[in-house]
Amino acid sequence: MQTMRRKLMSVLLILVMSLYAVSTVSAQDGTGYPTDDDVNRIAKQLYCPVCPNTPLDVCETKACEDWRAQIRDQLSWGWTDQQVIDYFVAQYGERVLAEPQRKGFTSLVWFLPLIAILVGAGIVYEILKGWRAQRLAPRATAPPQIAPEVLEKIERELREMD
Amino acid sequence: MIEDIGLITLTIAFTFSLYATFVSAYGGWRGYEAWVESARNAVLLVFPLLTISVVIVVYALYTLDFSLAYVYDVSSQAMSPFLRVTALWGGQQGSVLFWAWMMAGFVAVVLVRKWERDREMMPYFIATAMLTTTFFVGVVLFITNPFMRLWHIEGADELTKALFQPANSMPYFPEDGGGLNPLLRHFGMIGHPPTTYLGFTGFVIPFSFAIAALITGHSRGDEWIRTTRRWTLVAWIFLSIGLILGGRWAYDVLGWGGFWGWDPVENAMLMPWLTGTAFLHSVMMTEKRGMMKKWNMILIILTYSLSLFGTFITRTGVISSVHAFSKSALGPAFFAFIGLTFLGSVTLLYLRWDTLKSEHTLESFISRESAFVLQNMLFLAITFAVFWGTVFPLISELVTGTKITVGPPYFQKATGPLFFVLVLLMGVAPLFAWRKQAMRALGKAIWIPFAGSLGITALWGYVHRMHPASILGLWLVTLTLSLILAEFWKGVQARCAARGENPLTALFNLIGRNHRRYGGYIIHIGVVLIALGFIGDANFKMETQGTVSSGESLTVGDYQLRFEQLRGYHGSDGREIVEAVTTLSQGGEAIRNLNPRRDYFVVQQQPVTIPGVYSTPGKDVYVLLVGWDDTGKSATFRIYVNPLINWVWIGGVMMILGTIIAAWSNPAQREATYVIRPEVLTTQPVPQEG
Repeated sequence: MQTMRRKLMSVLLILVMSLYAVSTVSAQDGTGYPTDDDVNRIAKQLYCPVCPNTPLDVCETKACEDWRAQIRDQLSWGWTDQQVIDYFVAQYGERVLAEPQRKGFTSLVWFLPLIAILVGAGIVYEILKGWRAQRLAPRATAPPQIAPEVLEKIERELREMD
Repeated sequence: MIEDIGLITLTIAFTFSLYATFVSAYGGWRGYEAWVESARNAVLLVFPLLTISVVIVVYALYTLDFSLAYVYDVSSQAMSPFLRVTALWGGQQGSVLFWAWMMAGFVAVVLVRKWERDREMMPYFIATAMLTTTFFVGVVLFITNPFMRLWHIEGADELTKALFQPANSMPYFPEDGGGLNPLLRHFGMIGHPPTTYLGFTGFVIPFSFAIAALITGHSRGDEWIRTTRRWTLVAWIFLSIGLILGGRWAYDVLGWGGFWGWDPVENAMLMPWLTGTAFLHSVMMTEKRGMMKKWNMILIILTYSLSLFGTFITRTGVISSVHAFSKSALGPAFFAFIGLTFLGSVTLLYLRWDTLKSEHTLESFISRESAFVLQNMLFLAITFAVFWGTVFPLISELVTGTKITVGPPYFQKATGPLFFVLVLLMGVAPLFAWRKQAMRALGKAIWIPFAGSLGITALWGYVHRMHPASILGLWLVTLTLSLILAEFWKGVQARCAARGENPLTALFNLIGRNHRRYGGYIIHIGVVLIALGFIGDANFKMETQGTVSSGESLTVGDYQLRFEQLRGYHGSDGREIVEAVTTLSQGGEAIRNLNPRRDYFVVQQQPVTIPGVYSTPGKDVYVLLVGWDDTGKSATFRIYVNPLINWVWIGGVMMILGTIIAAWSNPAQREATYVIRPEVLTTQPVPQEG
């Protein structure tokens, strides 16, 4: 029984191993162009067109392997990096780009934070100016009388803070 | 049958939550003390009731009662008892129940501890906190119930999940379950959800007190800030731990060689952390100077709304696909609740805007006060950039119909410069005096650390002259770190001179005398170290990928990885493991055997890539087994050299340590409440300006 089970498991194991063996479809000799690194350089800038939020260079699905193989083919035909990227955009849409474009509606993603920072800087300035103005404006009522011992306590605590 | 009890207690808990919400609000409004007390008693019952439900779900997971759909989804016979228990937060139904349970626990603790102290605010505190609890318990009960059973309807191909027996159906008892998602079987993912939820739910306490303060008009007294300070710190540190554990999990399990990918789910968690951090700082201004009261309100409302938003996008997956929104009632329910919370609080804030006047004015633009304002604005700007990048794909799809991706390059470019200024401010701002900072004194305090940082940076710049972009970052880290350390140095030196203590005792006493300040500095050191990790990741990362035969080597930098052989074996939890035996050497000298592997979970049909890592304080060599050929004679590896990455984890530990110190109550400070504001101001009416 035990050996039977073990045999079964090893058959299963071989099955599993061969299942994954496909991942080295194009076993390179390691020197020729394009290398895996060339492919990854481009795949890194792209997102998997089917899986959510997965960069193409690390995606483990079969589809992504095929896409990487496709990049390799295109590079070996002499395409430039940009041509490969443009091809993917034309084929699968803007969503394959890791870095959103700076044109059309998409440019809003870049511009709005910039505007927000400017507005924020303006608000900071206004707040500080407002606080200043309050200080410079004459007070309608006299400042409250502070008991000497309280004043002394304040002074003491102020000194302690330093 | 025991599951029915869990369902019953859940239902009662929902009723009591709802009761507490309305009865306390009404009692507070009409001044009926008995009503409020009744609401309190209801709250104190909700927690034990939910505890019973949680225990029963855990028991079902542990004993593998597959008649429950949830147990069938996330537990399995092959899982260890420990994993079965953690499966409570391994799926949606369990997570939301867990959320509600923790929130009810927090509220109960507040009612036990603070009941006498903040009596006036209590009715509205209960109403606000229990409204949220009611919502979550309601979601568990009506939308994503863990007590749903599996039924087989006559003639149907698929099983039906329902609480009660549908017509023409038979109960179905599967023999084994699907088991926890293999990717989640890691200490980081076991610790990440509970800590994150503790952080998210923890913010309900300061939020509810803030709302209560707005309603009662007690916001002027700022009592709520003192009441909730430690709660906020606790929520914040759990959120921080959650972030760090999540990063560690991504690094160990996801197999892309990094720890932070600006994924929507990560961003969802970062945003409340950012505004929460701003809030923690902003309340200091109110405590010490009676300023920035409006900021506190805005920040806590944002933090809490973003916590809910974070739960919303992680639980519904709406960002990756708009269609996820309408798949279940969960999306619309959450969306409506977040809208209600946010708009309700903002309206309330608007109505009470005038009560939140600053008690002091600004004396100088160069002062601690200005630094605080700038800091708050920076945190908000970063939060906005992250928020905008996270939701933009959704907006784009809704407006133009085009799906787009907003990936890491956007987030790095949009937030990088802001983080730079923020870290710089973190180093410099503690040197600024309250009210007014004399430039000459500031220059005197800064010049030695500044010159030192320039010297060290020049040296570093020379060593890393191949990476000019890194020099600015390294300078920033060096300067900030030396400014913080100089603060410690000054304190230690003063104690040594004044009391003749030896430096180590002096350091110990220094921290002991002012937990908040020095705990804060230690947190800042942690942040600087994390920044160092990010700088290393952004500038010095190297990677290569290649296929090698047995006996051949791959080279990256001055490291070589020699592939020896592949081996396969059966692992625990029903996985088949294929492991590569490799030797890592540096400059021709072997340093370590690494065994990157691929675990295949047979039942779930899911592979998990486990890296082989050689880890040192300077850098990690991180090797992934990408693939292999049939015969096992050759294999493909991906090697990353991740410099300085360990400083992220070290910095994280520093942050936790610093927070513990800062939250520890200080015996020396319990008496003197440490307020510069004259006490007369709090007892007499504040003079109206102008």
